[in-house]
Order: sequence, then structure tokens, then C-alpha cells
Amino acid sequence: MPATFFQSWWFQNLLTLGLLTGAALLAWRLSRREYWRNAFHEICRNRLAVISFIILCGYGAIAILDSVGWRRPLRHPETGEVARHPETGKVILDQGASALDYLLAPISAKREKTYSAPLAATDYTPTTAMSSTGQPQRVHAPLTYPRSHLFGTDRIGQDVFCQACKSIRTGIIIGLLTTILAVPFALVFGTAAGYYGGWIDDATQYVCAVLSSIPTVLFIAAFMIIFGQGLPQLALAMGIASWTGLCRLLRGETIRLRETDFVLAAKAMGVPSWRIILRHIVPNVLHLILITTVIRFSSEVLAEAAFTYLGIGVGADTMSWGAMINDARTELTREPIIWWKLAAAFTFMVGLVLPANLFGDAVRDALDPRLR
Amino acid sequence: MTHYLLRRLLYLIPTLLGVNLIVFLLFFLVNSPDDMARQALGDKASTPENVERWKEAHGYHYPLFVNRDEAGVARLTETIFFRKSLALFWGDFGRSDMTLEPLGAEIRQRIAPSLCLTTPIFLVTLLTNILVAMLAASRRASRIDLAIQLACVLLMSVSSLIFIIGGQYLFAKTLRIVPVSGFLPGADMAKFLLLPIGIGVLGGLGSGIRLYRTFFLEEIGKDYVRTARAKGLPEANVLFRHVLKNAMIPILANVPMQILMLFMGNLLLESFFSIPGLGGYTIMAINTQDFAIVRVMVFLGSVLYMAGLLLTDICYAAVDPRVRFQ
Repeated sequence: MPATFFQSWWFQNLLTLGLLTGAALLAWRLSRREYWRNAFHEICRNRLAVISFIILCGYGAIAILDSVGWRRPLRHPETGEVARHPETGKVILDQGASALDYLLAPISAKREKTYSAPLAATDYTPTTAMSSTGQPQRVHAPLTYPRSHLFGTDRIGQDVFCQACKSIRTGIIIGLLTTILAVPFALVFGTAAGYYGGWIDDATQYVCAVLSSIPTVLFIAAFMIIFGQGLPQLALAMGIASWTGLCRLLRGETIRLRETDFVLAAKAMGVPSWRIILRHIVPNVLHLILITTVIRFSSEVLAEAAFTYLGIGVGADTMSWGAMINDARTELTREPIIWWKLAAAFTFMVGLVLPANLFGDAVRDALDPRLR
Repeated sequence: MTHYLLRRLLYLIPTLLGVNLIVFLLFFLVNSPDDMARQALGDKASTPENVERWKEAHGYHYPLFVNRDEAGVARLTETIFFRKSLALFWGDFGRSDMTLEPLGAEIRQRIAPSLCLTTPIFLVTLLTNILVAMLAASRRASRIDLAIQLACVLLMSVSSLIFIIGGQYLFAKTLRIVPVSGFLPGADMAKFLLLPIGIGVLGGLGSGIRLYRTFFLEEIGKDYVRTARAKGLPEANVLFRHVLKNAMIPILANVPMQILMLFMGNLLLESFFSIPGLGGYTIMAINTQDFAIVRVMVFLGSVLYMAGLLLTDICYAAVDPRVRFQ
């Protein structure tokens, strides 16, 4: 498979579809057990959790819309005719854009020249114009598209609302992918260390101690300096820095489960160890994984903003709330003040993190009442 | 007890060695000293002689792990790994990659401003967390409790960057109560540190109150509290003399770790408020890609973290008699 396949829309669409199918499959498998059905009903009883979940689904839908895309045929700007290759006659396709881009196109196409306030009709800075009496005066010229930008425009005239919408995918990927990347390692090493004990346990404890004692920011900084900036690199770095916590949690739970009746019975019946781990221990630690994923989601989204400020976040080509806040810093010092970029990033971020926190609390209370 | 302590201290050494090795590999597997020299000199000046001279000036002209030109012990000691990474163990912090100034003196100088910032934050946060959590736990499910919980979730949902930027704009630029940023040693530092301390406390309140609330709730649910109340003890007595002491066990167990991490400074606050502490130093090192400083800060962070874990265990044993007699 050529390397360009991994950068194509085919790959990204397949990946998104695969993730969605995997999540649906997991939900279906879990629904067959009473424990998870009970937890689901308990969450549904909590009105705040249901509202939070609906808001999170809204954000998720926008992120999914931003993850699938396709290329459209290039059209001649004036005649609208489809462009064809001069020799082969094949239709030439453009770079392509995500479904969200196509949806937001009516808004994002309306570009101004520079800053403009939310829902404003006139320019941000006054220009000199001749009045009716022939006197030069400073007026605010009318905008090309008055009252059409919900959160105003930034320095190059792009709509801020569209930028914030594009950042949703970045935030959700950082929040979810980090823990999802950490789960396989934490699961394998945690359950093995807890079940087998002995030198496997000592080795895993040593690796966890070493990795967790490296300060997180410095590890991620070192990682980004070496492997370059970007969304997958940041998710990988944060995943590596965070899997030790989950590993310790799973190890503790495995040690507790090792002594339960059903595991002892399986051992007595001669079931091989790996099968015991797979069929008895792993399903019983899934709730810890889910709780950890949901609880850590919000802190990781917030951390991304801090990392982008420190210069070790996602690259400049990826839209993210951290980048928006970073830009907003200098804009706040202008006179008159430009507050809308910070306000947009703040609103969208709180709109994601607050429901995530509330929903995470409900999930934790439903799945593990001991931790209440 | 001493047996346990000794074992833990001995365990410290291979862990720190592991940390050193991982950071060393992380830096030098991808970036060889030649690459570092070329990056520092720039494209035009990267002639082989200049590269060699840069490497010699910065101490990178040795091989990475094993020096085959030497004999005996020198085989292992005349290497970059020994001279740069292992040297950290006996306090030889080396020199900065960019400016060649000795790092030990610089770090010693920057500890004080960091501590001046993080210690008040820590003390105020701890005190506020304990008092508010106790209030929320003692009046569980009342309106005060729900209001406190809501406030905590709201505080937790806002990024610290927003607090800093908003705080700077509101208090420093608009109301002009405090200066925007900067630092002066001596008695003047109060006005410079007031805003960063306030913002630091605000950022740490949300999660701390929620965590301590669960500790207090667990204690208040126990039988002896019901007995004390039935005996007619005033509520303040029950809370402060009985519940607080027992709930402090998990709280105090985390305190040594937090105290030791105070030395590393608060990265974001020091950067935004231009406080010349270790946190700002780390950020400057990250921005200028000065690997020597990053190596030293990672090592220091690891030493403090491991010492914090050790002190936490000792504290647990000291505070909770049940642990001592295990």
C-alpha cells in the first residue's frame, strides 16, 4: 500500500467507520450482561447525566462529521465545467474536505479583510472617508457580509465560529485517543503483573515507577522536540505518559480478582492462565477502564490547551482551542479589545468539558458505587 | 522499619538509572551530537572542523556508551552517557548547551522565586480544601453541599490558561490593582505574587475539594461519629476533634509529595507572570531546545518524585498506627 494511502480520505473514512463499528460492537457485547444494563438504567435516571450525554453526542457528531470527507471534481471558476486531464480525459479531483467543511462552507466562505466583532455590521478599525460635505472623517466602513459572523472574525478575516467547530475534532481526539492508546499496554501489563506476580510483577512495577517519575510536561516536550509536532505525536506522547496510572489500577484489581471463587474454580478445573485472564479477569476490569477513560477525558482536553501554549502541542496546521487561546492573548491587549476569539474557545471548551465532567461522575457512580 | 527504608533507598538507584537511560535514549537515538552541532551552528557554518570544535566545547566529542579507544575503566567513563547523564548522580549538572553557563548555580538561584510562588499556593489551597470539604461533607445533600459541588465542577471545567488570561486582564489591566507580570526580590515580591497565587489557588480548588469531600464523607459515615453525636457532643467537637483527625490520614499522606514537587515551580504561572523560577527555566529550555537543561530538570523531577513517594510511605506509617504494626 503506498504511503499516500494513509494520508488519503479513503483511509480516514475507513478508520472513522472502523472506530464507530468497534464502539457499537462493544456496546452490544456489554448490553448482554446485567451489570452493564443496570448501570445504563441508573445513568438514565440521572437527568443531569442524560442532558450532558446529549450535549456530548452533539460534539461527537460534529467531530465525526469532521473526520469523514471526500474529494470533489475541480470545476472551472467561471464556466462551472468539470476539469479533465488533457491527455487521459480523467476527471481531476481537488484536495477534498471533510463533511463539516462542506456544511460550514456557506459561513466560512464569507471572509472579511481583518478583525470584526461578533454579528457586527461595520469594520473593526475606522478608515478615513470623505463625508458628504467634502470633509475627511473616520468612519467604520460596512463589512462585506454584515451580521453573518456569530463570533466575529480573526486577523485574516476567517470566521471564528468555524474555527472553533473545527477544533472540536482535535479536542475529542486528544481526549479519547490518549486513553485508548494507553489501554492495550496497561491491560496486558497490569493483568499479567497482577495475575502472575513474581518477576513479571517486579519488572512491571519497575517500568511503571521509572515512567511515572519522569515529569509529564518534560517527557511530552522531549517527545515533541524529537518526533516533531502533530496530533498523532501528541496523542502518543500523552498516552505513553499516562498508561502507568491505569496499569497500577488494573494490577490492584487483578490481585483482588485472583482470589475470587470463580477464578480459583477455573484454576482447579485446569483452565490455562491466559484463558483465565482473558475470560474472567479482563471482563471484570472493563468498568475501571471505562471510568478512567471518561474521567481523564476532560483533564486531557484542558491539558492540550496548556501544551499548545508551551509550544509542544499540536502543530500550527491543526485547529485547536489551545491555539485559539494562544492567539487571543495578544489580541486582548489591543484597543478596542478583541475578546471574541477567547470567548469562542472558552464557550466551546467549557461546553465540552463541563458535560464530560458531569457525565463522568454519573458513569463512575453507576459503575463503582464504592468510589462515591 | 529501617530495613524497609533501606530497601526503598536502594530501590531508588536503579529507578533513577532507568530514568536517566530512557531520557538519554530519547534524546540521542534520534539526534546524534553531530545533528545537535549542525542545528546550533546553522547550515552555512556546519563545516566538519566547526562541528568538531562545537562538540569539543560542549563535551559531546566522546562516543555514546562505550569508548573503544580507551582501556580499562576509561572505556566506560570517557563516554557521553557517563559524563553527562551519570554525572547528575553526584551533582555535576554540567553546562547549558546554548550558553555554556554552569547549570548548578543557575538552578540554585532560581529555587527561591519558585518556592515563594508555590508554597503560599500550596498552604492556602490545602487549608481552603480541608475547610470547604468539611463544610460540604458535614451538610451532605443540603443546598450548601450542592452549591459547593457545582462550583467545584465549574472550576474544574475551565482551563488554567483562561484563569490566567482572564485574571491578568481583569485585575492587572482593567482594575490596575496589581502589576501584570514581573518579579522583584525582597519585600516587593508581595505585589507581584498576589495575582499568580490567587489564580494558582483557584485552579487547584475544584478537584481538591471534591477529593477531600469523599474522604470526609467516608469518615462521617462511620459508627463512632454516630456514637459521639448520640452522646451529645457538640457538632464542632465531633467534626474537628474526631472526624478531622481520621480523615487527615489520606490527606496528609499526599502532602510530602506535594511539598517536594513545590521545588519544581509552576510552569504556566511562572511563564505568564515572568517569575524567574525553575518552571520558567524549564519552559525556556523547551523553547530553545536546550537538551542539557531539560535533562537536568527531568532528573531533578524524578529524584523529587521518588523521594516524595518514600516520604509518603513514611508519613502513612507515622500517621496511621495500623500501618506501623503490619
